[in-house]
Amino acid sequence: MESLLEKIKAGVLWDFPGGVHPPQRKKLSNQTEISLLPLAEHYWVPVKQHIGAVNHILVASGDKVKKGQALTAFNDKMSVPVHAPTSGTIGKIEPHVSAHPSGIPALSIQIIADGLDEWCEISPKIHFRTLPKSDVIGFIQAAGVAGLGGAAFPTHVKQTPNQPCEILLINGVECEPYITSDDRVMREHADEVIHGIEVLAYILEPKLVVIAIEDNKPEAINAMEAACAGKANFVVRVLPTKYPAGGEKQIIQVITNMEVPKGKISADIGVVSQNVGTVYAIYKAIYLGEPLIDRVVTVTGENIETAGNYRLPIGTPIAHVLNHVKHDNQHNERVIMGGPMMGFTVLNKQVPVTKITNCLLIPTQQELPDAPPEQACIRCGECADACPASLLPQQLYWHSKAKEHDKAQAYNLFDCIECGACAFVCPSDIPLVQYYRQTKAEIREANEEKIKAEKAKERFETRNARLERDKQERLDKHKRSAELRKQSLNTDQSAQDKIAAAMARAKAKKAQKNSTNDITKTDQNAEPNTLENTTLENSAVEKNAVESNISQSNSPIKNKAQEAIARAKAKREAKLNNNASTEEQNTTAPPSHKVESDLDHSPNEPVEADPIKSKAQAAIARAKAKREAKLKNADATATNSQKASASDSASQKEAEPKPENQRAATLTHDSTIDSNNDEIASTVSPIKLKAQAAIARAKAKKAAKLAEESKPAAHSSAESDKTTLEPKTAADQTDEQVDEHLQTSTTNEPTEISEAMYQTELEIDPIKSKAQAAIARAKAKRQQKMAEQASVTQPENAKAEANIQFDAEAKSRAKAAIERAKARRDQANQLAHGGETGSSSITNTTTASSLDSESGNSEDENANQVKAAKVKAALAKAKAKRQKS
Amino acid sequence: MILLYSLIALGTLAVIFGLVLGYSSIRFKVESDPIVEQIDSVLPQTQCGQCGYPGCKPYAQAVADGDEINKCPPGGEATIQKIADLTGREVKPLDGGDNIKKVAYIREDECIGCTKCIQACPVDAIVGASKVMHTVIIDECTGCDLCVEPCPVDCIDMLPVKGKPETWKWQLQNIEIKQIS
Repeated sequence: MESLLEKIKAGVLWDFPGGVHPPQRKKLSNQTEISLLPLAEHYWVPVKQHIGAVNHILVASGDKVKKGQALTAFNDKMSVPVHAPTSGTIGKIEPHVSAHPSGIPALSIQIIADGLDEWCEISPKIHFRTLPKSDVIGFIQAAGVAGLGGAAFPTHVKQTPNQPCEILLINGVECEPYITSDDRVMREHADEVIHGIEVLAYILEPKLVVIAIEDNKPEAINAMEAACAGKANFVVRVLPTKYPAGGEKQIIQVITNMEVPKGKISADIGVVSQNVGTVYAIYKAIYLGEPLIDRVVTVTGENIETAGNYRLPIGTPIAHVLNHVKHDNQHNERVIMGGPMMGFTVLNKQVPVTKITNCLLIPTQQELPDAPPEQACIRCGECADACPASLLPQQLYWHSKAKEHDKAQAYNLFDCIECGACAFVCPSDIPLVQYYRQTKAEIREANEEKIKAEKAKERFETRNARLERDKQERLDKHKRSAELRKQSLNTDQSAQDKIAAAMARAKAKKAQKNSTNDITKTDQNAEPNTLENTTLENSAVEKNAVESNISQSNSPIKNKAQEAIARAKAKREAKLNNNASTEEQNTTAPPSHKVESDLDHSPNEPVEADPIKSKAQAAIARAKAKREAKLKNADATATNSQKASASDSASQKEAEPKPENQRAATLTHDSTIDSNNDEIASTVSPIKLKAQAAIARAKAKKAAKLAEESKPAAHSSAESDKTTLEPKTAADQTDEQVDEHLQTSTTNEPTEISEAMYQTELEIDPIKSKAQAAIARAKAKRQQKMAEQASVTQPENAKAEANIQFDAEAKSRAKAAIERAKARRDQANQLAHGGETGSSSITNTTTASSLDSESGNSEDENANQVKAAKVKAALAKAKAKRQKS
Repeated sequence: MILLYSLIALGTLAVIFGLVLGYSSIRFKVESDPIVEQIDSVLPQTQCGQCGYPGCKPYAQAVADGDEINKCPPGGEATIQKIADLTGREVKPLDGGDNIKKVAYIREDECIGCTKCIQACPVDAIVGASKVMHTVIIDECTGCDLCVEPCPVDCIDMLPVKGKPETWKWQLQNIEIKQIS
């Protein structure tokens, strides 16, 4: 290395292979001093102007910014911020046509200039030598300095090389034709450039600083030599003009005779190179405290009369530049960003100047004619001679055209620096570089795809593994808990005791239940006589039932639960007797649970007599109802439905005002039912709709279950008065009877309730359409079930109902629900009528058989109804979905 | 006598070779068909099931077993070419479907948070939880559109991937753009 440094100092130069000598055309623009243009109205600052990560934007639309204020953060090591080029207001922050050959919009910040060009607070660091190196590097990063030569590589990254820096190479070659920005900077700001180099030298401590300048810039060479005078280790090297001597790899080869190994960077061989423009920007960042907000841009071409170098703020739209330089304003003029060899034609004149824009070339047609049509490759080998990277361009072209990516890579496609020398010499006018660029992009994309595919596969496999693991864990958990249960059963004596105790309790309960049932039956036994003999009025019967019940249940000193059970049963029985034949086909079954629960707890009030504690009472009543259900129903399904009814009563309780219960207590049971339901309807507020929906769903579920139960007990409901007439039913029939009770009380729904439901629906807030939809669906389902179990329906009525329902479906869903409710009410009314007529004949025991035959007649009509209900439900669902979307 | 010797010699050779082959068939046993792994590695791993198989690996297996090689729309012509090279079969035009790269996009204000799409995604590229909005991690989405079908409110769109300057391919024979203003 020492001998190399000696050689360099002694002035030895090497050469790189290939290279071309295009016409320089630098005289066009290097005759005048760097000048300024008036401020543009607005600037578009691309957020990402460098290689590396995208930054966070610090400003928002409408913010006021000052010149030099940072617009983005730079938390990443590889990123630099961008700054406001002038003072003004932040306009849009949106994708704007980018300074890229594709013109793909890139996120940019618009700054509407206020014309004041006011600087933000800046702090020069002239005494940088007293500061730690890392701080100085930090300042350079904060100033947004990136390589102004071409790739905008963040400068501060280059200042922290892995290897100690031997040679600091300042690239003032500027080999591309037309471009003179570095030339003018060196001529006019030689001292500043030297100051910038000193900053770099302080950080890097190189053994030698080489300033390389091509021999076509004698004024720049003189200026730099004058500025370097007296500086040890500062060498100005003059290179023979050859394109592309300015490429980093080429200049290192020329100066040091070293090649940058494939896949490595120059710092790995101890050389750090910086462009003159970048060094000048570092000077401004450290000595003046100014961030990189402008750069010297060569505006040239024969189309421009006032060709020269301009200090343009970053973000200046090209259109603004063209408006302020004298040029033949041709409509289809080409604007090339960069030089003629490596530049690209911009798509749009709103493209902003960026940190890498060193030249705007606006040539005439004669000066830079359109590329002639491409011809076949004649394998002359000119391109191979011209290639500065010693590649075989013709082979690369061949494989690129055939899309043989692996072969192109085997010929070191990625070592191509895209200098364009091969295309320049090609006698067939093949745009070789374009082929390479395309192939490179394709290979990069393929690699990306491959990485993505691997990642996707990994994720897919991880996901499968996770699912499998979850499944296994679940199984294990179940297994473990089962084992634990088993173990504790075997080992824990107390647990066994508990189980034994529980079993004993269950037995006791069963015995108790049997006795209760007996009581109830005797009660019923006693009652039906009055029923049959005296009157059929519901209220009277119920009163009798309750009264007799209470008197019955008061005598033993058993618990209150028993009382309630007995009462409820008696009531149901009574109701059964009265309504069974007439109203069991009624479609509004679920609301009956409300009634049921009312019946369960409202009679409790006079007995327990404490009006203040009505809430607690209600809770007790509910608990009782539950217990009762348990007692009555050995099978699980019945229990479930009873629970649902309990929850019904709970939610109903919320809806009801407190005095309600008390009033109910004083009224006869019929009126209790009525008033309760009216009350429910009127007091249910839209807020309770959700609860209502839940209720409706629960009811639907219950109805479904009941429907299942009803199959075996199809005519049992009709036979219910028979049961009461012949009270001494066998004890083992008790369960069945209970089912019947449930069944009939469910189906025996007074008209008032359907009316109540109708009212409720009227009240439904349209906003709660979701809840409504759920209710509607639940109702449809319920209806469908009810239709199956209904035993008396007038065919015309059913048809009319179906028609009404279909008409309603054509309207909005909410309306449909109302319509349905109406229809149901009508039907219920009619049925009530039928019930009345039926009730007249209820006294004779043949009712059961007549009911059976009636149910047989209406079977097919019911099927129709089921179908209608199904269609309706589907339509409602579809509508809900459509409305949502 | 010569006959006997030759019989003995050949018989001995046969036994030796039989033993060698028998041993090597156990010693150098190949667990699975290596061609399956190779085909799987050239497939795009979208796990989309457009080939009719539940994932890329099963399709690779099917190709190795003789199924058509042109059933992978996400892979496109390039994948067909690669499979053809691997299996030594004729290149065929793609069987249906376009291979424009797409990613799923959830219209977030319409999402009801049902998590159905999350369960459908084979690569866990959708984030979200029950009753809250879901969104797609675009970088992880393979564009298999398996999430579109389960969505109850149809709020998932398959959008073509936007071009980036980094992945832009230089157009050679494009129509030249003229400035008109």
